[in-house]
Amino acid sequence: MGKFFVKQKDIVVPGEELAEGMDILPSVWTYREGDKIIARRVGLVDIKGRTIKLIPLSGKYIPKKNDVIICKVTDISFNGWRVDTNSAYPAMLSIREATSDYIAKGTDLTQYLNIGEYIVAKVINVTSQKLVDISMKGPGLHKLRGGRIIRVSPHKVPRIIGKQGSMVSMLKRETKCQIVVGQNGLVWIKGEPDKELLVEKAIRKIEKESHTTGLTESIKSFLEKGL
Amino acid sequence: MYEKRLDGRDFDEVRKMEAKVGVIKRADGSAYFKFGNTWAYAAVYGPRNLYPKFLQDPSRGILRCNYNMMPFSSSGERVRPGGSRRSKEISLVTTNALLPVLDLDEFPNSVVDVFIELPQTEAGSRCAGINAAAMALADAGLAMKDLVSAVSVGRVGDKLLVDLDYSEEAYEEGPVADIPIAIMPSSGKITLLQMDGLLPKEDLKTLIGMARKACRRIYNLQKTALKEKYKSGE
Amino acid sequence: MDNLKEHVVTLLKLNKRLDGRKLLEYRKPIKIERGFTKTAEGSAWVRIGETEVMVGVKMDVGEPYPDKPDEGTIIVGAELLPLSNPNFEAGPPGIQAIELARVVDRGIRESKCIDFKKLCIKKGEKVWLIMLDVITLNDAGNLFDAAALGAVAALQDTVFPKYEGDKIDYKTKTNKKLELNDSPVSVTVCKIGDSFIVDPTIEEEKVLDTRLTVATKSDGTLCALQKGGSSAVTEEDIMKMIDIALEKGKELRGVLNG
Repeated sequence: MGKFFVKQKDIVVPGEELAEGMDILPSVWTYREGDKIIARRVGLVDIKGRTIKLIPLSGKYIPKKNDVIICKVTDISFNGWRVDTNSAYPAMLSIREATSDYIAKGTDLTQYLNIGEYIVAKVINVTSQKLVDISMKGPGLHKLRGGRIIRVSPHKVPRIIGKQGSMVSMLKRETKCQIVVGQNGLVWIKGEPDKELLVEKAIRKIEKESHTTGLTESIKSFLEKGL
Repeated sequence: MYEKRLDGRDFDEVRKMEAKVGVIKRADGSAYFKFGNTWAYAAVYGPRNLYPKFLQDPSRGILRCNYNMMPFSSSGERVRPGGSRRSKEISLVTTNALLPVLDLDEFPNSVVDVFIELPQTEAGSRCAGINAAAMALADAGLAMKDLVSAVSVGRVGDKLLVDLDYSEEAYEEGPVADIPIAIMPSSGKITLLQMDGLLPKEDLKTLIGMARKACRRIYNLQKTALKEKYKSGE
Repeated sequence: MDNLKEHVVTLLKLNKRLDGRKLLEYRKPIKIERGFTKTAEGSAWVRIGETEVMVGVKMDVGEPYPDKPDEGTIIVGAELLPLSNPNFEAGPPGIQAIELARVVDRGIRESKCIDFKKLCIKKGEKVWLIMLDVITLNDAGNLFDAAALGAVAALQDTVFPKYEGDKIDYKTKTNKKLELNDSPVSVTVCKIGDSFIVDPTIEEEKVLDTRLTVATKSDGTLCALQKGGSSAVTEEDIMKMIDIALEKGKELRGVLNG
């Protein structure tokens, strides 16, 4: 019978021995070497039955199909826009995927989206060479006007959104700000200047305390104090 | 006869070490590592866009390390900025010391840049740089089979020793050999090996054994520094 | 105007900044750690908020300039390390680094805080050369002020190495400190829209219209000016920015000498 050398929620580093035994299954971010199971990156141990995997704590965003992300327009060509996705890979937004409006050939595309503007878009395709296509057609996908953009670790996004959106809904409710959280680690906040700053500070607190319990309550009281 | 080490250390004793992770906020990953007065920072940016395009590899990301000493880092004259043939070579062997543990298949056409900068050098700088870089790469969330731990070993006069300092490298009363070596802690495989000096073959085996022992301690320090940063939830 | 600039200008009109600071407030803490490296003859590590700069002084002996045979000199270099900002490239100093070095240089040289005659060893033949290097460690905005602060602090920390028989013995430090007869400080004031701020962050630097770096002596005399940014600015605004720099300069000098 195999045995584990680490326990749930332990932080481990690359090369660290996690378990031993052929009956234990190496899952995401772990690998087998002989009869040992070894960590493949810095992460948090997650054991389910006889399977062990790691939850990443850091690392840049990698574009994935169906992710909803916030992008910044960096270039315009004759058939669309090139955007920065806050990753190693830029994405293309074709005219067809940007709007249902009919756009005549030769139209000045800057009327629709200009360089430096931010959008919420969905990743519709990623090739093996990591060429990325995005679309703005769909509910909740649109240009972002005003407000501020902050950068968070993409690994903290689930915590910032919360179970079924509970955390971000609470942030919106308490501060009356509009908030969009991109899977790629960009967050858009729009509201009264003081409230925007409060949301930003709350999000930094969530990032810092992401592995504690009772976080939603603690953030709620942080917001109440600040208002 | 080299009787006693100039700073009083035992022959297999490493200088006082220090390691810390997450020291350069703008970087994707960062760390510093010290061997006595030798102090190396490493910052990782990546994976990120790689230009010019002809450098891109469509099958995987590439690793690019740049080793540099700050102008005021030498205990002698000022170091002219802009690197030298020596620093370019160190950049190369550093890259080769770290590549074996990295898995960059997920990042075609991109680059992972590692910048190593030293505010203070007193021998063992490339090893300090590798130790810092390994932590910084792990901090940046890259997939790595293992960390890499490095130390210099060698011979001064008739003694075999670990972590040569500046005065030992410059020892004039007998033969000297300076051997920087980097090891993957879990497999024991060697990713950096260089030597200059005079050494009988049998002594090399002994020295590698001494290096392994020292690298185990170094690995523990690197491990602790990484866990320390993530413990606080950053 | 792009998103960011519009947002910053709107906030400034309400007397607010992105990070909640007042318009003329420096980030806290401002930390200066002298002598952080044992290999330099003088050094200082400056932190303003998350911006970190390391400054080191190495002393050398060389020939004086022919027109100043009894004076030593200072040579200021700056490197914007790629380590400190994802947008900095490896390679020789670009124009940004060169401007930084020259502005820091002028602030020190023109304040006459160093008596170059005291650096003379043998007239016409040998003088001390002060080689000061500014190295950026983390760029979170306002490198100019951090660099200038670090430069003066590093000079205040500088001790002459032993010089004997035409050779410098770097291993032996003497008791002789480099004497400064003033503490010049630099304040960079920025104009964004119609508002003035100090200590810009990276985002604010992206959208500023004009910056004016003002170096002053302890008695309030101006000793160096550098306007940056490609906008035109009125004389009235220049005078306003200088007044702000004089006021904030007192604060920085307090941190430097306090």
